[in-house]
Amino acid sequence: MADLNTLAVSDWSALFREQSLICEDERLQLFYAAGCPAADTPLSEVPFVALDFETTGLNADVDEIVSIGLVPFDLQRIRVREAKHWLLKPRQELHEQSVVIHGITHSDVDDAPDLNAVLGPLLEALSGRVVVAHYRYIEREFLDANVQRRIGEGVQFPIVDTMELEAALYRKRFTVFCSKLMGRKPTSIRLADSRARYGLPHYASHDALVDAIATAELLQAQIRHRYSDDTPIKELWI
Amino acid sequence: MEAEQIEIAGFLRQYPPFSRLPEQTVNYVATQIEISYYRADTDVYCFGDEIHDLCVVRSGSVEIYRRNGKLYNRLSEGDLFGQLGMLMGNRVRLPARTMEDSLIYFIPETVFTELCDQFDEFAYFVEMDDNGGLSHAVSSKKDSNDLLGSKVTKLISREPVTIDAGSTIRQAAQKMTQESVSSLLIMEEVADVEDSGDIRRALAGILTDRDLRTRVVATGADLDGSVTDVMTRNPVTLDDDAYAFEALLTMLRFNLHHLPILENRRPIGVLATSDIVRYESQNSLYMGGTILRQSSVEELARVATEVKSCFVRMVHEDANSHMIGSAMSVIGRAFKQRLLELAEEQLGKPPVPYCFLALGSMARDEQLVVTDQDNALILDNSYDREQHGEYFEGLAKFVSDGLDACGYTYCTGLIMATNPRWRKTRREWEECFSEWIDNPDPEALLNSSIFFDLDGVYGKTEWAEQLNAFVVRRCGQSPRFLACLARNALNRTPPLGFFKGFVMEQDGKHRKSINLKRRGTAPLADLVRVHALAVGSTARNSFERLDDIIKAGILPADRGTDLRDALEFISMVRIRHQALELEAGNEPDNNIEPDNISDFERRNLKEAFMVLSNAQRFLKFRYPFTRK
Repeated sequence: MADLNTLAVSDWSALFREQSLICEDERLQLFYAAGCPAADTPLSEVPFVALDFETTGLNADVDEIVSIGLVPFDLQRIRVREAKHWLLKPRQELHEQSVVIHGITHSDVDDAPDLNAVLGPLLEALSGRVVVAHYRYIEREFLDANVQRRIGEGVQFPIVDTMELEAALYRKRFTVFCSKLMGRKPTSIRLADSRARYGLPHYASHDALVDAIATAELLQAQIRHRYSDDTPIKELWI
Repeated sequence: MEAEQIEIAGFLRQYPPFSRLPEQTVNYVATQIEISYYRADTDVYCFGDEIHDLCVVRSGSVEIYRRNGKLYNRLSEGDLFGQLGMLMGNRVRLPARTMEDSLIYFIPETVFTELCDQFDEFAYFVEMDDNGGLSHAVSSKKDSNDLLGSKVTKLISREPVTIDAGSTIRQAAQKMTQESVSSLLIMEEVADVEDSGDIRRALAGILTDRDLRTRVVATGADLDGSVTDVMTRNPVTLDDDAYAFEALLTMLRFNLHHLPILENRRPIGVLATSDIVRYESQNSLYMGGTILRQSSVEELARVATEVKSCFVRMVHEDANSHMIGSAMSVIGRAFKQRLLELAEEQLGKPPVPYCFLALGSMARDEQLVVTDQDNALILDNSYDREQHGEYFEGLAKFVSDGLDACGYTYCTGLIMATNPRWRKTRREWEECFSEWIDNPDPEALLNSSIFFDLDGVYGKTEWAEQLNAFVVRRCGQSPRFLACLARNALNRTPPLGFFKGFVMEQDGKHRKSINLKRRGTAPLADLVRVHALAVGSTARNSFERLDDIIKAGILPADRGTDLRDALEFISMVRIRHQALELEAGNEPDNNIEPDNISDFERRNLKEAFMVLSNAQRFLKFRYPFTRK
């Protein structure tokens, strides 16, 4: 498994084509065959899907996804009607700690399906779209690792990280240096704080779906403020 | 798999109309929406854009504009927009633009339609707009008619010229010449009744150029005689808060050329016909006077042909429905008055005193051009059928035939003084009205709705006032009668299907049309009458009755003004429709085809009918049947 988070992929379309031929799982074949938008596609024409996971912990190699929220969108509209939300039964016990964070308990997930059971509809929802997440490590690494554990092969895709976009703005080395010099705290790039900067409302609840919607709204705002309709997607995705 | 949208549902639930929907419905709506983010100063919708969503401001703020670019409304969190476009062929009527960075929720058309179908309140809410498009429609009309709708004080050009009651005719004439005025107010000192013993100067009379001609020169009066001998004592006046059109109508009604305006009983000016004519350029003002100068039925009939063009002119001059209705009623009254004078010339002096009554729309000052004659006679209690019957039959026939010749067709329901049933003595009328109030059978109720709007036009007009006061008093004591009258007022319903649209009628040649009188103004007048009788109002005009009703506080907040706007709007559509027909050389009627009116009118008509519909529902609860 290539470490996608450190290794920049120069040609996602080619990678998708290649993967569609070599992967074993039929669901993955379909996902890759659907391709991904060309790198030059202007933002106004890119179909996105915002994705958010709740997990049992922070280590993708051992921790499991317990809930998935996603919502398809584009620059014009976020389609809540087509949103999806799954609770999943992890292969590993829930930690007390993670229960505190996302409020998903044992009894909630006892009757829930395994990730493998929803992989088909999940990949279908991602097909042909550019995935958007706030802090990409969770969504990309966890999906890859969790799928790998189940079917012996992982899944790779380009991602737009709204946190990275904020970081690029607020965490430039020089800015951070100045801030430290001035004794200021670095600007928070957590989802809620980032949203507040764009005048987006505060969402009290934090399930995977609400966060997916919140992330989609944030990307729309970021693009409206800092990019144009014509900016090619390759400038944003990683 | 259902996505629970707690966050979105929780938001919607805080604001009407969603706050009034069942929880599961709001949850469902929350799963169906679309969201979009707009930067400040971005168009959400431009005029004419296609629109398929009801929009909710989730955060930020949005400004709604009129087509001409004027700001219409400013919206913030929880406010709706786009409903107008959705209701009007999916085209944006009022462009929307963000003022701040804003997040907008879009509720798709299918859901919008479902909600409207299932929830009356939701439909009503989105139909009525946030701040009443209807009152906007009516008030913008008012603005454009700044002259006749303005206060009389605006028309007063100078302080009144006055002279003391002790002056001579010569001194009065000299003063008028000095000041170059055509009228002079004569003041006298009177004891102020309220402030015991105090003396104040009060208006005693008025002297005009015409008086000098007719009462001084023509009679060879002594110029050193007292001015009080030739002045008009206790002249008709208006208070300073009256509107210009009221002044116009007062002058028409009493055939005056000078009208003193009082502030706290102190004259502050004199309005002359010329002050109004400057604005009322065409001669509709003189119509009343002209009618009173005609010397035969034939001449009256000739003058009557001008009534219609007078009506059309008023419409063009942007008069409101109250002004037009009043002017047409004044003109109608003038015809009756002149016909009665002519009848008395022909038949001789009446053997006993009488009062000629106008009923229905004329009595309410709501007459238009398409109208029949509803009238009746009150006779002195000394009336004896054997002796006097023939005279009054002849009088009634003369007037009725004359009115018909002047375009006021015979009443098919025979509500005319020619019908012996409707020539009664004062005592008989009181008995008759009491009988209707005590035994409100269908016929009594039908009669009540016609006869209870009565106005004396000739003769002992004070009898009409007394009879009216009698009716109001008796009705106030009879909740049972009011309940019956309320039920009766529900017989004619507005032409609305269950929210979806207009219900058209297929009557004869008027295919697919709406009768604005039968389905609009008439049921509104019926409804207003019930409330008016309940609050003891002696007014007869529906707008004036509404004033009394609002003052009495028996309607839920704002419903009274909603009713006023609804009545004004339906009336004006009806009036404009008739004016158009007249100009096209057609016979005007009350039927409009919704397809042939503007989107603006159609939408506001719907709102107005909605107001009527709701008010009818309220009527049922307000006047319940009580067993006695």
